[in-house]
Amino acid sequence: MASDMKTHTLSILVENKPGVLTRVAGLFARRAFNIHSLAVGTTEDVKVSRITIVTDESQAPIEQIALQLQKLINVMKVHVLVDDKAVHREIMLVKVNTEQNGVCVRPEIIAITNLFRVKVVDVAAESITIEATGKGSKLEALVQALLPYKILEIVRSGTIAISRGKDIISLHKGIGEAPDVAE
Amino acid sequence: MGEVLDTECNGDFLDGSHILVRTLEDLGVDTVFGLPGGAILAVYDALTNSTKFRHILVRHEQGAGHAASGYAISSGKPGVVMVTSGPAATNMVTAIADANMDSVPLVVITGQVAANLIGTDAFQEADIVGITLPVVKHSFLVTEATEISRIVPEAFHIAATGRPGVVLVDITKTAMIFSAQYDFNQKFQLPGFNPKQQPEHKCLQAATELVVNAKRPVILAGGGTLRAQASKELLDFANLIHAPVVTTLQARGIIPDSDVHSLGMIGMHGTIASAAAVQKCDLLIALGARFSDRVTGKIDEFAPLAKVIHADVDPAEIGKNRVVDAPLFGDLKDTLALLIESLTAAKYTPQDRDSWWNYLENLQMKYPLYLDDEHAQKSAESGMGALSPQSVIQKVGQIAKKYDENAIFVSGVGQHQMWASQFLGHEKPHNWVQSAGLGTMGYAIPAALGAKAARQESTVWVIDGDGCFQMTNQELATCRLAGLPIKVMLINNGTLGMPRQWQTLLFNKHYSQTDLHDGPDGWSGEVVYGDGEEKGGSPNSGIPDFVTLAKAYDCLTIQVTRPEEVEDAIEKAAQENERSVVIEFVVAKDALVFPMVPAGKSNNSIMYTPTVQPLLNEESEELDG
Repeated sequence: MASDMKTHTLSILVENKPGVLTRVAGLFARRAFNIHSLAVGTTEDVKVSRITIVTDESQAPIEQIALQLQKLINVMKVHVLVDDKAVHREIMLVKVNTEQNGVCVRPEIIAITNLFRVKVVDVAAESITIEATGKGSKLEALVQALLPYKILEIVRSGTIAISRGKDIISLHKGIGEAPDVAE
Repeated sequence: MGEVLDTECNGDFLDGSHILVRTLEDLGVDTVFGLPGGAILAVYDALTNSTKFRHILVRHEQGAGHAASGYAISSGKPGVVMVTSGPAATNMVTAIADANMDSVPLVVITGQVAANLIGTDAFQEADIVGITLPVVKHSFLVTEATEISRIVPEAFHIAATGRPGVVLVDITKTAMIFSAQYDFNQKFQLPGFNPKQQPEHKCLQAATELVVNAKRPVILAGGGTLRAQASKELLDFANLIHAPVVTTLQARGIIPDSDVHSLGMIGMHGTIASAAAVQKCDLLIALGARFSDRVTGKIDEFAPLAKVIHADVDPAEIGKNRVVDAPLFGDLKDTLALLIESLTAAKYTPQDRDSWWNYLENLQMKYPLYLDDEHAQKSAESGMGALSPQSVIQKVGQIAKKYDENAIFVSGVGQHQMWASQFLGHEKPHNWVQSAGLGTMGYAIPAALGAKAARQESTVWVIDGDGCFQMTNQELATCRLAGLPIKVMLINNGTLGMPRQWQTLLFNKHYSQTDLHDGPDGWSGEVVYGDGEEKGGSPNSGIPDFVTLAKAYDCLTIQVTRPEEVEDAIEKAAQENERSVVIEFVVAKDALVFPMVPAGKSNNSIMYTPTVQPLLNEESEELDG
C-alpha cells in the first residue's frame, strides 16, 4: 500500500446474489482502478450485502469510480465515506514467537499488547497470537512495535467502515429521522 | 410433466423451452438470429410453423451476433440471438464485445449444460457468463424454468433502457426441460437498475448560459444521438443556435451531409473544418459522444479553448475523459427538447457568428474531401488496380440513393470504412451500420443481413474490403436462403489496407504480412479458373477468385477493373432485386485515407495530405472579436 497516496473508502450496497463480487472486482480490474482493501459481509437486510473497498485516485477520480460502480445492475447504492466523518476498522491476527535467543520474551510482548489495548487470543509454549482491531494506522504501529520480536504470521481483514452520527447507508430509512445520505 | 398446452392465456404449465419461445413472442420479437446445437436443442424443438417470430439460420455464431447488431442499429429495436453452449457461445464473444462497445441493444440467449453438470468440464461447457463479464451490460444464468419468463423480459428492459447494451441470458438445459407456470407479467427484480431520465434544472440553466454567451460554439454529435432517435431535435438545436455540427464515425447521418450546419466527421480521419471547429471553439456541446481517443487525438490538447456541455444518458461518461462545465444526464431527445425550451424561454438569439462561419467555410472550400487520384493514376500506369477506391465509393453513394433514398449502407472495418464514412454522402439517420468502437473486421456481411431482415423495404449496400470479406462471407448463403439480398461492393486492393497505410506512413514501408494476394497484383502461383467468363479480362487475379466465390453463393457478380465500367456495374447492382450482388472493384493498393491525425497526436496536427498540415502555424487573429 503506497502510504503517500490519498485513499478513499467506498461503501457499496449490492444484491446478495452469486457472482456480484466478481462483477465489482472485475470492474476495478477492467478500468485499472486499484483495490487497497476489500471486505464483504451481510447487512441488516438479508437481500443486501455490503462491500467496503479502499481505493485511490491514481487512475480516475473517486466520482468516476463511483459512477462506474453504479452502472452495475446488481449495485444498488454507492457511497464515498469521508475519512473524518466515518469510523474505519480492520482486524488483525499476529502470531509472535515468544522465544528469543533462548530467552522467553512473552512478558515483554504482553506488555506491548497492554499498551495497545489489544487481546491475546491464543497462547502456546513458544508463541502467542494477538488480536487487534482498529484503524489501519494503529495496526501498522502495533506491527512496528512487534518487529524486534520474531513475527511468525500476520493476517489482516479488509477495512470496514460506517459513517459517524445518525447518517446511515442503507436502502431503508433508519430508525428515527435518519436522512438518506447516499446521493 | 413437460406436456405442452396450446392456449393463449397466462398461467399455462409449460416446459422452459416453450416458456422461452412464448416469452419472446409476448415481447413482440419478430426476428431471431441463431444456430442450434446440443444444449439448446430443446428450445429449437419448441419452434414450429406457428411460432410468431422468424428464426434466421446463420452459418457461424459470430454472424448471428453481427446480424442482430445490424438489425438493432437500423431498426432501433433490440437484436436477438440464440445459440448453443460452449464453442457457439465463445464464437459470440466478438459480436457481444462489438455491440456493447457501440451501445447496441442485444439480447443474447445461450444454451448451457444442465445445472448439475456446471463446473464438471462437461461436453461443450464454457463459463460464458464469466467469459463475457467485461463486455456485457449485464448477464444472467438461468437454472430454473420458472425464472425464464421474468429474466428474459428483464434482459430486454436492461438492453434497451438507459444506455443500450448487450445482455446475455445463459439458460441451462435444466431450466429448458423442467416445467413451470408461464407468467409473463412477473414483477422485475432489478432493485439496482434505475437509469436517470432527465437532467437537473440547475445544470440546464448552466448549459443555457454557456450557449447564450458562446461566440464560437460547435456541436459534437455522437452515437448516443442515434440511439435516442434525436435527429430532429439535433437539427432544431443546430438551427436555433446556428452552430456547426461535427459527428463521430457512429453518428454519420444524424445530420445530413448536405445540411449547411454539417462539417462532416471529426477525428482521426475527419475533415479539416471539423478539426478546426473543435480546436478553435469556445463552447463544445457534446451530445451522446464519449470522447474516444480516435475523436480527441491527444486528449490534453483537444478543444483547448472550450467550455464543455456534455449530455449523455450514461452519467459515468461525463467527466470520464474530459472535464465538463455543464453535465446533462438523461435521455438525449428529452435533454435537447429541454435545452431548446430553456433557450427559447430566455428569448435567445445567437450572437453574430459571421467570422466563425467564414473561417470554417473557408476551410471547407480550401480542403474538400481528399480523393487521392494520384495513387490510382500511378497504379493504372503499372497495370495494377486502376480504380480510385474513393471515387468508386462516392459513385456507389450517388447511385444507391438515386434508386432508394432510404438505402442502408453497411461497412466493414479499415480504409474502406473511412472512405465510406467520408464519401457515401450520409443524408439520413439509422442508415449507416458499421463497427466503430471495437473495429471488428468482417462485421459488414452479417450486419447487412441483419439490416435487411429489419428493413426489407430498403436496399442494403455493403462497402467491404477484401480482408473483411474473407472473414464472414459465408453469410451470403444465409442471405440467399432467407431471401434477404444485399449488394456487396467489394473494394479489393489486395491488402489489409489500413495496416498497410500505417506501414507506409509509420513503419518505413515495411509491408510485413499485409499482402493478401487476392487482388491487383494477384499471386505468383498459377491460378486455374473453372469458368472465367465474368472475369472481365483482368490479367491479375489471386486467391480467392472473388467472382467464382460469389457465384458459389448464387450472387450476381461482376469484376470491375477500369474506371469507365464503374457506373454501369453499380447500376446493374442497383437493378438486381432477387439475388445478392458482389461487385469486385480492383482498386489501387497504395491509396491512402486522408485527412489523418496520427495516433496520440493533437488534432492540430491533422494532415490534409502527407505533406500539408493546415492547422499548424495557422494565423488565428481572424477569429477574434
